[in-house]
Amino acid sequence: MLPDHGEELIQTLAADERLHDVPTDAATQHFAAVQAGSVKVKRKGFTVGAWLAMIWLALLIAAAVLAPVLPIPDPINDADPTKAAQGPSWSHIFGLDGNGRDVFARVIWGARNSLFIAFVAVLSGFVLGGILGLVAGYFKGRIGGALGALTDILLAFPQLVLALAVVSFLGRTVPNVTLALGIVSIPILSRITRASTLTWSEREFVTAARAQGAGHVRTMVREVLPNVLPAMISIALLGIAVAIVAEASLSIIGAGVKPDVTTWGNVIFAGQSFIREAPSMVLLPSLVIFFTVFSLNYLGDVVRARFDVRESAL
Amino acid sequence: MTGMETNEPLLVVEDLRTHFDTERGLVRAVDGVTFTLERGRTLGVVGESGSGKTVLSRSIMGLLPKSGVQRSGSVRFEGVELLGADAGVMADYWGDQMAMVFQDPMTSLNPVMRIGNQITEGLRQHLDISKDYARETALTLLSSVGIPEPERRLKQYPHEMSGGMRQRVMIAIAIACGPKLLFADEPTTALDVTVQAQILDLLQAQQRERYMAMILVTHDLGVVAGRADEIAVMYAGRIVEKAPTKVLFAEMRHPYTEALLASIPKIADPSHTRLQTIGGRPPNLISPPVGCKFSPRCAYAQDRCHTEDPPLTEPDEHGHQFRCWYPVEISKKPEVA
Repeated sequence: MLPDHGEELIQTLAADERLHDVPTDAATQHFAAVQAGSVKVKRKGFTVGAWLAMIWLALLIAAAVLAPVLPIPDPINDADPTKAAQGPSWSHIFGLDGNGRDVFARVIWGARNSLFIAFVAVLSGFVLGGILGLVAGYFKGRIGGALGALTDILLAFPQLVLALAVVSFLGRTVPNVTLALGIVSIPILSRITRASTLTWSEREFVTAARAQGAGHVRTMVREVLPNVLPAMISIALLGIAVAIVAEASLSIIGAGVKPDVTTWGNVIFAGQSFIREAPSMVLLPSLVIFFTVFSLNYLGDVVRARFDVRESAL
Repeated sequence: MTGMETNEPLLVVEDLRTHFDTERGLVRAVDGVTFTLERGRTLGVVGESGSGKTVLSRSIMGLLPKSGVQRSGSVRFEGVELLGADAGVMADYWGDQMAMVFQDPMTSLNPVMRIGNQITEGLRQHLDISKDYARETALTLLSSVGIPEPERRLKQYPHEMSGGMRQRVMIAIAIACGPKLLFADEPTTALDVTVQAQILDLLQAQQRERYMAMILVTHDLGVVAGRADEIAVMYAGRIVEKAPTKVLFAEMRHPYTEALLASIPKIADPSHTRLQTIGGRPPNLISPPVGCKFSPRCAYAQDRCHTEDPPLTEPDEHGHQFRCWYPVEISKKPEVA
């Protein structure tokens, strides 16, 4: 027979344990009230800066999309060589370029091409780099190492030189410049996705999902990806800004899209030989690029700050 | 996937070893653990931090990183050897046959997925059911784990819930597909003491209702006292004492078990009673002490303890086993009050 004090000991311990079970009605009810919506938690609004950035980009995109129907001169054919290289005036607010073409119209038409190139390039980098980074960060073993090394190699390659090589080899067209900038943006997005995936896939809820029988693809797409997206979007906005500048840089060194296609780079390229006589030809388009790049960077920061989920906030 | 023969116990673990290759050396987190668990029964695994109890449950389930881990021994679930099975095979068991309730409900739910989706995810993965039916099931599950207004909760995100509520959700997720074996890895450690007992009672109720076997991992002997059928006390990756709960509390033989019990504060103690602690720190699992692993901290240690490692004794008629050269006297009544 067992000594009977065992049972007694169990009872005592169980009773002690149960004493912790104090009802917390007041607190529970309070939180229930908060959660039921009687007390609304205020959502963080956007700052003035964020609104300005969004308005600027919205106007720019609208103008670019609507360029064919806007009452502006044709950027290529409406040339008046007799009035070449003029500064801003009421009839031509950005002035006229060396061929007598309206610079404002050219900036708007240029936005069509430049924004398209930058957006599509970064979007493809987003998708391909995102997949690479997600896989590399999720499978930390051999696959992850190999993909990480690939990313590092691509990243170490001077980006402008890489883009230059692609364009000069394939030809100076809009699709080729887009392709070149797309290739350049893959490692950048891959890297940030990988870094973010590395930390998120270590989290307990990922193990918990696995413990429920979720496969690798499902876990990556459903559990990890949604948490990694904010970081990716933030970098992608920055990437678009960088791609806009890169397109312009390629054109300015004469390696971008052919000059007969209107892009921001080509608008500035056309103006640089007149920089002494009519600095506005370079300055005003540059200012448009400046505001655009600044807005994109600013919004990138806003996205990052808004979705920056720290441990404590979980 | 269903049980083929009825004689086979649900889970048989034999000489399970899990060693981690680290830069500082080989960590013997689990070092030769053997036990059997029958259907519907509860095994309490007790030990302090670093005793290998969490790694034990993850080893059995196969939820360990792929690289840098050496596992050996045998884990048979319904007679099927699971040790070394690849993740593809294990994914059919996970959630469906065996599930786990994790320690910290604050981090074990996906912060950007609605509660409802997190519950239906596993359901739809394992059972061939429609979206609507999965949703209905999720509602039933939420009510059965004691969550009021399940309709509204379904649409909420984890951050909108308290820790206790989240742990209830975790339990709902774990029991969703009706697993035969539930691991509860310190399920209440991260919770307020006020909700600990509620969660443990809920686990126990669900376990009885669904006839699940449960492995309840904890550092608190008090938690398993009224809830486990059998208790295994772990130290340095091994079981140092194992017995049916009643037997264990009646005749503790291992000095470590005794010390663990003594370190629980008692309600009946006068206030300002000094808490009893176990001196020293958990053993270094890379170069564990020679002899009995507990000897450097043991109040009764003698010369032999520092040189020779005591084996686990053969089970007595109650199934009581321990690993000690100079076990605590049975006649010595442990201090209760």
